[in-house]
Amino acid sequence: MQITLQNFTKTFDDVTVIEDMNLTVKDGEMLALLGPSGCGKSTTLFAICGIHRVNGGKILFGDRDVSDLPSQKRNVGVVFQSYALYPHMNAYENIAFPLKVRKDKPADIKRQVHEIAKLTHIEELLERKPGQLSGGQQQRVALARALVRKPDILLLDEPLANLDAKLRLEMRAEIRRIQLETGITAILVTHDQVEAMSMCDRIALMHDGKIVQLDKPSEMYNNPANKFVADFLGNPPITFLDAKHQGDLLVLPNGHEIKNPKLAASIQSLQVGIRPECFGPQFGTGIKGVVKFIEKQGREELFDIELTDGSQLRSIQPSGADLSIGDDVDWGLSLDDLLLFDLQGERL
Amino acid sequence: MSHNFRHWPIIVILSIVSLPLIIMFAFQIIDTFTTHPIDSMIPDRITFEQFSFLWDEAETGRANIWKVTLNTFIFATTTAVVVCSVSMTTAYALSRLNFPFRRFFLGGLIILHAFPTVTLIIAIFLILQIIGLYDTLLGVIMVKAALELPFGIWIMKGFYDNVPWEIEMAGVQDGASRFTVWWKLVLPQVQPGIFALMIFSFLSGWSEFLLPQVLAPGNDAQVLSTYLTALIADDTKIDFALFKAVGMFYAIPVIAIYLIFQNKLMNIYGGGTKG
Repeated sequence: MQITLQNFTKTFDDVTVIEDMNLTVKDGEMLALLGPSGCGKSTTLFAICGIHRVNGGKILFGDRDVSDLPSQKRNVGVVFQSYALYPHMNAYENIAFPLKVRKDKPADIKRQVHEIAKLTHIEELLERKPGQLSGGQQQRVALARALVRKPDILLLDEPLANLDAKLRLEMRAEIRRIQLETGITAILVTHDQVEAMSMCDRIALMHDGKIVQLDKPSEMYNNPANKFVADFLGNPPITFLDAKHQGDLLVLPNGHEIKNPKLAASIQSLQVGIRPECFGPQFGTGIKGVVKFIEKQGREELFDIELTDGSQLRSIQPSGADLSIGDDVDWGLSLDDLLLFDLQGERL
Repeated sequence: MSHNFRHWPIIVILSIVSLPLIIMFAFQIIDTFTTHPIDSMIPDRITFEQFSFLWDEAETGRANIWKVTLNTFIFATTTAVVVCSVSMTTAYALSRLNFPFRRFFLGGLIILHAFPTVTLIIAIFLILQIIGLYDTLLGVIMVKAALELPFGIWIMKGFYDNVPWEIEMAGVQDGASRFTVWWKLVLPQVQPGIFALMIFSFLSGWSEFLLPQVLAPGNDAQVLSTYLTALIADDTKIDFALFKAVGMFYAIPVIAIYLIFQNKLMNIYGGGTKG
C-alpha cells in the first residue's frame, strides 16, 4: 500500500521537530529513513504508526486519510528496536496476541501463527519464552508478530541495532527476503548507512527534520545532492579539500592543478570531496604526502595521508601495499569521481 | 575479600548486640509452653494450659478469641485487597496517562506518604461518628486502607515506571485497546509488586493497633492487637502467661508469612521487573 505524507508537521511542546515534510513510499517498496540521531526519523515513524499525533499535514495510506485514526485502526506492523516482546508469553502467544485481540477463531490463529513461523524460520522456537531466545531469534519473533495479521505497512525501528555484527549481516538479508516474499510496503528507520543501502529500494536521508535527498542507494552515493549527504554516506568517510578556481584550472591547497573542471567562471572558491577509493597509486601521481596512520582491516587497508600543505586525505587500498607510517607517497586522483561543492555545501 | 577481612570479630560483635533480642524471643517461646516457680526464671514443667483460651469459654466481658481472630483476618485481608486494587489502577494512571493536574497528584501523594497521619485521628473519629461507622469494622477498614494507599500507590508506580514503553506501544500496534494492554500486557509485568504489596498491607493490617483501639473500641469489632491490650489493661489480675500465649498466637501468622514469602517481599525494595 502506498504511503503519502503531505506537509507533515510534528512539534513537541514548542519545539518543531519536523516541518512540512512530503514523502511518498510506493506500494511494495522498502524505504529507508536514514539520518543521524535526533534528525526526526523515529518521530516520523511513530507518526505513521499512530503513536504520535500529527500537528499538521496529512498521512495517507493509499487514498485513505489516517491522520486522525488511532494506532489500533491503522493496521500497521511495527518492529521495535528493543523488539518489545511480551516477556510473560512464549513465542507462540506473542505472535498469536494480535490475532486474539482481533478475536479470530482458535483454529485460524493456530494456522496463521504456524504459517508466519515457517516464513520467519522459528517453528522450533514457538514454545520458548523471550528470555530463552537469542537476539536474532527474538528479532524473528518480533517480525512474525508484526506480520501475522497481514498489515498494510511494516515499520522497522532500528531493528538491527541490538544485534552483534555477524547476526546483523544475517538478519539484514532475512528481513529483506521476508519483505520481498510478502511484498509488503516497508519503512526502515536506521542511522546505519550500510543497512539502508543494502536493504532498501530507496533511501530518504534526513537532517534536522528535513529530507535532504530521496534516491536509490547507488545514486545517492555517486551523486549526492550536497555536502551533508556526501559526508554521511560512505565508510570510511569522504574527505574534503578547499580548492580555488583559477581560469580553467582547479587548484588544490597543496598546489596540485586539475585541468578543465567545467565550472562557471563566477565560482572562485569551492570544496572538493574525495572518497577514499578515488585516491591512490592506481590513479597516477601528482599528490605528494606522508603516511600518518594505517588501519588494517584484513582485506583492505586504510591510509591517512598528510599532504605537503598539512591537509589530510584518506585512501583505501587492497591489503599488501608495503608502506609504514612516515613513508612518503606520490599518488593520484580519479578525476571523474571528484565531487564539487560550493562553500554553502551545495553540489556544483 | 576474605583475605584481608576477618569474619569472626564481626560475628562476635553482632552476636553480642543481638543477644537481648534472641533472649526475648527465646523466653517468649519458652514461657508460653512452660511454668516456672515464682522466684526463678528456670522452667520446671511443660504445659499447654496457657493456650486454654483457644478452646475454653471466654470469660465474661471478654470477646471470643476466634471471633477476634476472624475480625483481624477480615480487617487485614479487606485492607490488603482494597489497597492493592486501588493502587494497581491509580499508580498506572499516574505512571503512564496524561491527565490534568498529574503533577499535583504526584506531589500530593508524596506529601501524604510523609504525613504523620496520627495527627488526623480526631478528625477521622468525628467523621466516622457522623456517618455512623464509628465502632464498626467497616469504618476501621476504610480508614486503614485510605492511610495505606499513598505508600501502595507510590510503590506500584515505581513498578509501572520500570515497564518499558515499547511493550505498550507494541500492544497498541497489535490492535489492543489501552485497557487490554494494561490488563494483559502490563499487569503481568508488575505482578511481583502487586504480590508484595498484598502481603505487606496484609501484615500492616494484621499488626495495626492504634486505629482499631481509637475507632472501634467495642467488643464486636475487636481485633487481636486490641484484645491483647485489653488483657493487660484489666486492672487487678494481670495474667502474664496468658498475655504471652495470646501474643504468640498473634505473632505466628506474621512469622509464617515472612518465612514463606520473604523472597517476594524483597521485590518491594528491589522494584525489578524481572520475573
